[in-house]
Order: sequence, then structure tokens, then C-alpha cells
Amino acid sequence: MSGEVTLTIDGREITVREGEKLLWAALDNGIYIPHLCADRKEEKPDAACRLCFVEIEGRPQPVTACSEPVAAGMVVNTRSERVDRLAGTAFELLLSSHRLDCGKCAANRSCALQKIARERKFKLKVTRLRTLDRNLPVDDSSPVVTYDPNKCVLCGHCVRACRRQGGGVLGFAGRGFERRVTTFGGASLAAAGCSGCGACAAACPVGALTAKNVRLPNAGAKR
Amino acid sequence: MELTDQEITTSREETKKILPQYPGRRGDLIPILQKVQEKLGYVPAPAMEEVAAYLGITPMDVYSVVTFYNQFRLSPPGKRQINVCMGTACHMRGGNIILDSWKRRLKIDVGQVTPDREFSLERVACVGCCTMAPVTVIDGEVHPKVTPTRVDGLLFSFGMKIEKEGGKH
Repeated sequence: MSGEVTLTIDGREITVREGEKLLWAALDNGIYIPHLCADRKEEKPDAACRLCFVEIEGRPQPVTACSEPVAAGMVVNTRSERVDRLAGTAFELLLSSHRLDCGKCAANRSCALQKIARERKFKLKVTRLRTLDRNLPVDDSSPVVTYDPNKCVLCGHCVRACRRQGGGVLGFAGRGFERRVTTFGGASLAAAGCSGCGACAAACPVGALTAKNVRLPNAGAKR
Repeated sequence: MELTDQEITTSREETKKILPQYPGRRGDLIPILQKVQEKLGYVPAPAMEEVAAYLGITPMDVYSVVTFYNQFRLSPPGKRQINVCMGTACHMRGGNIILDSWKRRLKIDVGQVTPDREFSLERVACVGCCTMAPVTVIDGEVHPKVTPTRVDGLLFSFGMKIEKEGGKH
């Protein structure tokens, strides 16, 4: 059953495992596609960040690479005017509710947002949209991690990491602008029974969840 | 908002009565929560914990669902339910100013209840009397063309009523 499939991405012929998602096929072969919420360990991708759009020849619309399985003979382009526009807008929307404080941020230089901006030549600045600083309190209660919800991009990596390793203390709450990563009843991490495993901080691609006294082991950059 | 010991005990007991009616599948979560709210008028934290234990999921998973849907209340309803209309007409006529007045005077946010459990505040979509915008509906009674001064006046008259009721007991 598990054969291999050959497809073309950006003019390069690539052979990958059948059923692999396009995003991982590209990344494993050194072709970059912006992405935030994609998680290799999950069977069903969230496809929430809307950054990994690619063009597939013969398809009328760009598709998200994280949710698209590879197919034999598929011809994929990771760049096009439409794709860059979609990803650029999604990126700016993310930035509009992300507190930009790179100079003082613990994730500076290892931040996934910085990487995406660098790769795609996006500005790390909000120009077209109104910014939304929710000014939520920073949770400093845990001895292991600091949580600054104002920097959260809602990718869900911490929620999944917590579920696998930390007992599922973290989760999403609310909807729309009110959506945020929090604990049961909105309690502080210390009060919510956080085990202090630090998996969330290791998983956070930005500076929202950071390990205390230690610089992030370049969490975002490697993924 | 702090729950009283009585409220905590009641919510746990009532939830435990509801749970055996369901086979305990994950898909039962929303029907269970609806039943809990039907019984208690809201979905308190102790009830969410009971439901989570019954379905074998984390309390956080239950909290996610409860906070996602507008139909679920996290705080008990007050004796008087204040619904501020935020429909198009009321919005144009300054509905948000009226909502802010209620919030400021009652010192609570939308979806909350005052500590004495007298008033709970909700925002609603159009109530169907746009000519009277901006309107506030209190226990089914429509108050037309509300101004911040009117908010103070309504609260004052309620204060008198509460005092009277208190005198009777």
C-alpha cells in the first residue's frame, strides 16, 4: 500500500511517501512554504493559519499545502501572485493582533513570524489594517513558563503539546476576536494544575509562551 | 463572580442527576450542557468538571465549548435580566453608549451578574421595535429611547423596589 509518489514542486522532481501532505513533502526537500499551525503529528490538519497556500496546476484556486495530500504527477508552484497575496494578507492579519516587541521578545531571532517575513519579504509591520492590542495580563504564575497572550498567534501548538505531554491544561476559549489560549475558567497556569513540563514553551513558534530564565531552544525556526 | 457553597453543591448534584440519561459519548457534550443550563440557568465550573469526568475529557475541553457558543451562560442569571439591544437601528442611535452605561453603573460586563444576584446584563440583536431605538428590555418590558440618565433613573426605581421587597420580608 505505502508506495511512493513522484511530483513536481517549483520545477523540481520530488519523490515522497504516498499520502504525505504537500507541505511536509516540500519542507523535507528544502522547499520553503510559510506555515504556523501545521503539525506533523496530527492526522487531520487544522488549516487555520492560512499561510501555506500553493498553486496546483489544473486547480482553479490556490490550496493549503498542509491539508493537500500528494498525488502522482502533481505540478505545484509555491509562489504566484495570488498565493503571495493570500499569505501576505493572512500574515498581516496575524500581525495586527500580535504585540510587536521583537527587540525585547524572548523569541527574537527564533520567531516563526520573523522567519516568514524574511522568506517572503513581508514587512514586520501592520500598514493596511487597524491594530488590535487586547492588553491582556501576562501570566507569570508558573515557575517554568511565562505566558503573554498578547503575542499569541493561536496556532494551537501549545494546546496540542499540552494534551500530549502536560495533561491538557491549555486549550482554546472564546470565539472570534475573543479567542485565546487559556486554562479552565481562565485561571492562572499555577492555579490550573500545570505540571510544569514546559512542552508548550518548546512548541510555541512565537514569544507567547517562553521558558523562564532560558532562551527558547529555537522552537519556531526549525519547524 | 464567586459561587456560594450552596450553588456549588446544587450544581454538582443536579449535573450528576442529568448525566446518566446519556450514554457518555463525546457527541453528548452539547446536549448535556444544554440540559444543565435548562436546569440551573447557567453552566457553572463545578458542573463542567462533572461533565468532563463523565465523558472522559479534560475540563478545558468542556470550557472551550461553553465559551465558544453564545447560548451558554457562565454566570447565574440575575433576578432582573437586562437586555440591551445592539441591532442595527439601536447601534446607529448609540446602543453601545447605553450598554456602556449599564456596564459602568452595574460594574459588570456583558454575560455577568452583579454580586448580589439582582441584575444580569446581556446584549441582544434586534428586538423588533426599531422606532424606539435605542431600547433596553428588562424582564420582557421594553424601555424606549434610553439615555444614560434613563439608565440611572431605571436603576434608582429598581433600588426603591428592592428596598420595599426587603422591608416585607
